[in-house]
Amino acid sequence: MVFIGVRAAPMVALTAFSVGVTLAMQAAHSLESLGAEMYIPDLVMLTLLREMGPVLIAVIVIGRSGSAVAAELGTMKVSEEIEALEVMAINPVQYLVVPRFLAMMVMLPALTIFGNYIGILGGWAVCRFALDFNTAGYILRALESADTWDLYSGMIKSVVFAWIVITIACNAGLNVEGGAEGVGQATTASVVQALLAMLVMNAVLTGIFFFAA
Amino acid sequence: MNSNGETIIEVNNLVRRFGDRAVLDDISFNVHRGETLVIMGGSGCGKSTLLRHMIGSMKPTSGSVKLFGEEITGMKEREIERVRLRFGMLFQSGALLASLTVGENVALPLLQHTNKSPDEIEQIVKQKLEIVGLTGFEDLKPDEISGGMKKRVGLSRALALDPELLFSDEPTSGLDPIMTAVVDQLTLKLTQGSHMTAVVVSHDMTSAFRIATRMIMLGHGSIVAEGTPDEIRNSPNPEVQQFIHGQADGPIPLNVSQEEHKDQQHVRPRPFLGGRFRFHHKHT
Repeated sequence: MVFIGVRAAPMVALTAFSVGVTLAMQAAHSLESLGAEMYIPDLVMLTLLREMGPVLIAVIVIGRSGSAVAAELGTMKVSEEIEALEVMAINPVQYLVVPRFLAMMVMLPALTIFGNYIGILGGWAVCRFALDFNTAGYILRALESADTWDLYSGMIKSVVFAWIVITIACNAGLNVEGGAEGVGQATTASVVQALLAMLVMNAVLTGIFFFAA
Repeated sequence: MNSNGETIIEVNNLVRRFGDRAVLDDISFNVHRGETLVIMGGSGCGKSTLLRHMIGSMKPTSGSVKLFGEEITGMKEREIERVRLRFGMLFQSGALLASLTVGENVALPLLQHTNKSPDEIEQIVKQKLEIVGLTGFEDLKPDEISGGMKKRVGLSRALALDPELLFSDEPTSGLDPIMTAVVDQLTLKLTQGSHMTAVVVSHDMTSAFRIATRMIMLGHGSIVAEGTPDEIRNSPNPEVQQFIHGQADGPIPLNVSQEEHKDQQHVRPRPFLGGRFRFHHKHT
């Protein structure tokens, strides 16, 4: 839990801040030509809450924690530790997978909320220092643009992503065969599969939430 | 439960195939309470595979394995856990959980399967570590101790729940002569004193003859010889003599000729890649 959540926070913060800044700058560039700079906060806010927040934080967590879980369980598998647990009548799924699963289900959404805040802060930094917005204006505009559903949809995504990431990582780890090489392959496979599954699922969820409805 | 002749393990017509090759070919034997059965044989003769079938982590192609009178080959994971509580297993590498300390490793089965208080568990852990000569090592991590020590910790973990039956995979390989003697004496004490039953896979002949009440020698997937240590020692079978005296020359083929090698590869048409890799690995 500490590993998946707390220690990932600085990385999440930096990423989210950069994204917020980038979004605001891009928005400024395009919207200025239309004379619609006042919509910059809307764009930053909605993009972060609905898409970039959940997706980017999931990318970080896949690279950092998903791979670590796959490698750890894979190493345990090849060093007979999993078998030893089974022989001691300890169910490896209960003992090893359940705590990691729970940690991921709690921490990924928590990191996403945290990342959203930081990203919005990044957007604010651009607006305040480069575009002469005042702070109150930015906050008001941002809050006005988003409703709670925008936040919830992002959170639902993030919970689904957490489930995808940890399931793939644990599955890859527990099915390792063939020594150190197998562990490496499983780790890589878990990252690639989790990324693809997560991005496809994101498209599906966005379709359901904002297109079909 | 108390009679000395009670059959603890019953293996009948056990066959296990990997592809076309029978790694275990029609193996049958019994182990009675209080016995120490040593299974010996060259590398790759199927000793470890046989052991894995006895602990229920591999399922046979055909045949039956009964532990404590219960057939385990068809059991579901839930049922087999109940049987597993009654035996301990020492893995070749120790198989300690790397994320836990030595003490936590030994405490693990106690924490998971008993309602003992932390104080009681600490006492038991201390005592179990003491009998393998590792007093005071509780707080070290497995990667801070040597291979032989890991194995001894593995042994004390296997004994944590005071099992009726102990499986050991190469308990003495990698131990110095003194520790080998200590582990052997411990096995003897437990089997003679507490009527524990032991099944030991070993190719350390000194240790095998010291602890065994009965021995089985495996070769090419079947039982080459079976008997008491004396019977084995005086066996007329040249394969047995070669093995127990560790001679390079004898009837056991060491090198496969090129022709035979080709033949073997010929009978290995495998439908899928993964299987072929594993097979190669096992065989060479």
